[in-house]
Amino acid sequence: MTDLEIVSGLAQDERVLLMPLVRTTKTFWRWAIVMAAVAGWGAFAYVYQLSHGLGATGLNTPEYWGIYIICFVFFIGISHAGTLISAILRVANAEWRRSITRSAEFITVLVIGFGAVQPILDLGRPDRVLNVFLHAQAFSPLLWDVLSIGLYFTASSVYLYVPMIPDLARIRDLGLRPRALYAFLAIGYQDTPAARHTLERIIGILAIAVIPIAVSVHTVIGWIFALTLKPMWHSAIFGPYFVIGAIFSGIAALIIAMTILRRVYRLEAYFKDVHFNNMGLLLFVTTVLWFYFTFAEHLTVWYGGEASELATLYAKLTGDFAVPFWTMVACCFVVPFALMSRRATRNVAGTTIASIAVVIGMWLERFNIVVPTSLHPRIGAPPVHYIPSWVELSIMSGTLAGFILVYMVATKFFPIISIWEIQEGREKSVNEVSERVASYLPDDLAMVDS
Amino acid sequence: MARWGMVIDLDRCNGCQACETACRSENNIAVGGPQAAGEHRTISWMHVRTEIEGEWPDVRARFVPQPCMHCDRPPCTMVCPVQATSKDHEGIVNQIYARCIGCRYCANACPYTVKFFNWHAPVHPSSTEPGLNPDVSVRPVGVIEKCTFCSHRLQKAREVARADGRQLREHDYVPACADSCPTGAIVFGDLDDPSHRVAELARDPRAFRLQEGLGTQPKVFYLSRRD
Repeated sequence: MTDLEIVSGLAQDERVLLMPLVRTTKTFWRWAIVMAAVAGWGAFAYVYQLSHGLGATGLNTPEYWGIYIICFVFFIGISHAGTLISAILRVANAEWRRSITRSAEFITVLVIGFGAVQPILDLGRPDRVLNVFLHAQAFSPLLWDVLSIGLYFTASSVYLYVPMIPDLARIRDLGLRPRALYAFLAIGYQDTPAARHTLERIIGILAIAVIPIAVSVHTVIGWIFALTLKPMWHSAIFGPYFVIGAIFSGIAALIIAMTILRRVYRLEAYFKDVHFNNMGLLLFVTTVLWFYFTFAEHLTVWYGGEASELATLYAKLTGDFAVPFWTMVACCFVVPFALMSRRATRNVAGTTIASIAVVIGMWLERFNIVVPTSLHPRIGAPPVHYIPSWVELSIMSGTLAGFILVYMVATKFFPIISIWEIQEGREKSVNEVSERVASYLPDDLAMVDS
Repeated sequence: MARWGMVIDLDRCNGCQACETACRSENNIAVGGPQAAGEHRTISWMHVRTEIEGEWPDVRARFVPQPCMHCDRPPCTMVCPVQATSKDHEGIVNQIYARCIGCRYCANACPYTVKFFNWHAPVHPSSTEPGLNPDVSVRPVGVIEKCTFCSHRLQKAREVARADGRQLREHDYVPACADSCPTGAIVFGDLDDPSHRVAELARDPRAFRLQEGLGTQPKVFYLSRRD
């Protein structure tokens, strides 16, 4: 029997969810080739930059950081989609999480590398990157960043892998190819009740451990800016502001991924309207939080009235950066607030449109943090602008395409929805939830008194 | 222990930029040419800024020669992930070009914008090659550089003093900019030694420092009847 025949003969959940592993359409190959081409072009641009130095970028003397650092914050922010949201939903016992967590965790693990590599692309001497360990300077927020991202990558990889073991064991038992890969990854797991119990305990511990690690990652990224004395960077709010921004863009990225997966792998029965509605509610909450933080931040700067801070602020509100600033406000607040505050537009189309706006808006937010401040130093107003070069834009596109490509490939090797958790939901959780709800209700007074 | 510092008398500065030129040739600063100037990527460890306040006809202009401030609390050294910049025991903020990874965090942390990055491989036209200073290393592409208070001159002066079997005297160690200033606006020396002129001038009622409110405690003082 071929793999396709094996999978075609299975019951619904396994048949639908394993089908992408054994059947690859022409459309998949077309997109994969396009993404590989764009990623290859980005790699070429980096080689060009290596041979020409950072002079190949559009950066200049006060504008020391640009697209790479913007993309660093942006992609690491996207990576918060997965592990953090999945962990929170698991800890909160949100039953609707079951079909979402795996695709979310994959986003984290696959995008974090593309985010973490950005500061290395930005280095003047990438050949000396190991100096970060050889000559580590404990007071540098960049070192804290290396440590927290490293820890987050490790923890979220484990957190992706462990809940996947029962599915990998099932695939091994079905004998799908490549057999050696699945046999290796399943590490001899046998799906007994005792094994399942141990597994769920480990997942429970991991889900709690991973939350503070995820929070630390974007807090430290915020501190990279906030611990300098630069106007509109030196702000105590930046740690939590960056965490909220990361979760915000992460939720949006996850919704977009769900929409695409739903369409290309015909998963309408698994990513249902209720999932989009609930994700839309999360997006709504983070929209409002984002507005609150943004408003608090800008009000504080305006009211304080310090000259160099005001120069930066007005550059955003009415000056050279008014277009990116107000586009950001529209994309991060107006659009998602309008669409997500109504039940009627919290459907697949509505949440997807809002999410696309949020992802664009959050990229612009990072642009509005990095560039206007850099161009308004406390001493010496520069007569220049920052216009990214083709090298920077190519590397940015290549990074995005590279992430999409590895995500596509991952869906061909691993079930993008957790099969055993769906089955567990069908078999056990329905009863558990009604028992749980019953336990919330008031006790019978007669029983309590006795 | 000395605490090296500088006093620049703005009331004496006539904006001739001799300090800039002397610094360039003393420290082997790369020649960027019109391309680097257009891209705002030129390197000037000592840079004479023009400050213009107000609008015509009520305009006040002055020249402010600006080297690295060699802060006693330098924000740049705190953030460096590889300790490629640090303050030595005599207060000079130095750079280790061979260790710098080129992340430019220090350049962003510096409120005075006096740290410069080598965006392109540095160019020294062949006509300038015979004049390169053998005491100062040439920087490679991709690293940060900045004013060092000509610390190579300190090393040399100390060796000469040791050979002569005497202490370092006030005028033994003077950076190139102070050496070249035709109006004597730039005075250099030990801020902690009351016999040095720089220590006296730093306490002058006209003395102030740039961005004093930030708490960086620069060791470059300015003198001006205004401000």
